[in-house]
Amino acid sequence: MTETVAATGLSAGTALSRPKVRRARIRGKWPVLVLFLPPALLLFTVFVILPMGEAAWYSFYNWNGYGLPTEWIGWKNYELIFRQGAFRNALVNNGLIILVSICIQVPLALWLATMVTKHIKGATFFRLIFFLPYVLADVAAGMIWRFVYDGEFGLVANIYHTFGLDAPFWLADKNAAFSAVLGVIVWKYFGFHMMLFIAGLQAIDKSVLEAADIDGATGWQKFRRVTLPLLGSTVRLSVFFAVVGSLQLFDMIMPLTGGGPSNSTQTLVTFLYSFGVMRMQVGFGSAVGVVLFVICVTLAFSYKRIFMKND
Amino acid sequence: MTDTAINPIDAAKAQTPGRSLRFGTKAYLYTCLIIVAALVVIPLVTTALGGFKTLGDLRGNAFGLPSTWMVSNYSDILFSQRYWLQMGNSLLIAGLTVFLTLAFAAMAAFTFAHVKFFGSQFLLNYFLIGLMFPAATAILPLFIRIRDLGLLDTYWGVVLPQVAFGLGMSILLFRNYFRSLPTELFDAAFVDGAGYLRFFWHISLPLSRPIIATVGIISFVGSWNSYILPLIMLNSESKYPWPLGIMVYRGEFSTDWQLILAFITLTILPTVIVFFAAQKHIIAGLTAGAVK
Repeated sequence: MTETVAATGLSAGTALSRPKVRRARIRGKWPVLVLFLPPALLLFTVFVILPMGEAAWYSFYNWNGYGLPTEWIGWKNYELIFRQGAFRNALVNNGLIILVSICIQVPLALWLATMVTKHIKGATFFRLIFFLPYVLADVAAGMIWRFVYDGEFGLVANIYHTFGLDAPFWLADKNAAFSAVLGVIVWKYFGFHMMLFIAGLQAIDKSVLEAADIDGATGWQKFRRVTLPLLGSTVRLSVFFAVVGSLQLFDMIMPLTGGGPSNSTQTLVTFLYSFGVMRMQVGFGSAVGVVLFVICVTLAFSYKRIFMKND
Repeated sequence: MTDTAINPIDAAKAQTPGRSLRFGTKAYLYTCLIIVAALVVIPLVTTALGGFKTLGDLRGNAFGLPSTWMVSNYSDILFSQRYWLQMGNSLLIAGLTVFLTLAFAAMAAFTFAHVKFFGSQFLLNYFLIGLMFPAATAILPLFIRIRDLGLLDTYWGVVLPQVAFGLGMSILLFRNYFRSLPTELFDAAFVDGAGYLRFFWHISLPLSRPIIATVGIISFVGSWNSYILPLIMLNSESKYPWPLGIMVYRGEFSTDWQLILAFITLTILPTVIVFFAAQKHIIAGLTAGAVK
């Protein structure tokens, strides 16, 4: 083995002739293509691309999923979607998740990241604890918080009871329920964002901060003028994940509220589930899927175009 | 598209020794960190303790230690068939998903990394479309497809879509890693007369342990925690993975919170144990896809 490495080390010296040499020596390009590509290609086409195309097709039909779709109704499913109050709730809620991520989660994660990257004992331990909720399943996190928020046996109830007050049922109150859900989302995901910021902070060149030190910058000035600008790409990445995550949120809502009360905690995916899947309205559900797809692709593309073009 | 396989996020990474901090700063840091840590841990610990309580105890004393330790809450579940069945189902589904994802993604990524062929860039982009939208968008047509294939209520009905939706990210990670291996290896092997297949099997794969671990962890955790696909594809309770089982259990014992808490604790226990045992790999793995 070592001999051959040495041998090619010599031939590799003439960089220009290398591609030619390689092409001449490598045998059997076709067997590898025929063996290696089709499994992934087939699976991906059958279970990802075709269903997406079919969703677009089904979305123009009124169809319950049995037999073939025959009842063409044009854009009616789409009109129905936008006329539903629950869908507007879902859109607003998804927006709220993104807003909370930007205004609370990202600053919180960044703040914690700056603390656990300091030279203190137990920093690693705190990182692990903060990351732990992210590893738990959304369903389990939702269940745990359903207990926390429970108005009779939960932690919130116990706190109220110690003060001799009647405990509220936040998850059953349509004005409070979604705020409660937002709390769980921050609890579950801030650790992930913190890890992104830790990586970002570790990538900052220490000499820049030392230079600021020599110039007599205070801690806050260093953070505001040096660290934060250098973390720009991490902030944009973190917000990007908050946006993508918000559009997929489903598992956590189901054990917490199931989208209720009176559809006040619907997200786009729970809306798709309760109005498309539960009622077996394949046409309508597919139309919701298409709307979700368009939102995902538009947001992902425009966000990358506008904010992440230099990253 | 820099490669994170080379620079994974490492929670345990030692800090560069800075100046030692003033006492006031330290006190401030620890106070803040402990408050946040408490907010994270208290719901988890009270859940685990709540499983040992009676319902009455839970109502008046959700935070404290149980007044009588109801070990039977836990032991009844541990001796029940349903708990082990659900764990087994989850493990089987996750195992199949990981195996197929690794095999198919590594093979496809290898051709993208090393074989020059017409349309290679186009095909890679085709797979990357999968990164742009969640499985939920196409869930109804997916359900109909699985039904028409006769895979409804089988493990494969869950596994195959999971693998398919994981392929985009996995292929990307594998391809970046394969490309980062030194080219001298390829030249050497090809001069020796090895074909692509032997090269893949004897050189690429043995050198790819870190990326196999990363992709394996991402797809295992994703499958172990997944809810929406099994919810739609499986009908019989005997095939339910644990996230579905937990919901059924809650439905049955709707107000017996102590039992539900014990059940939740037991279902998340494996995750917590594995996380603390292999935290370095898990954090690096789960954040690798993020910083791709």
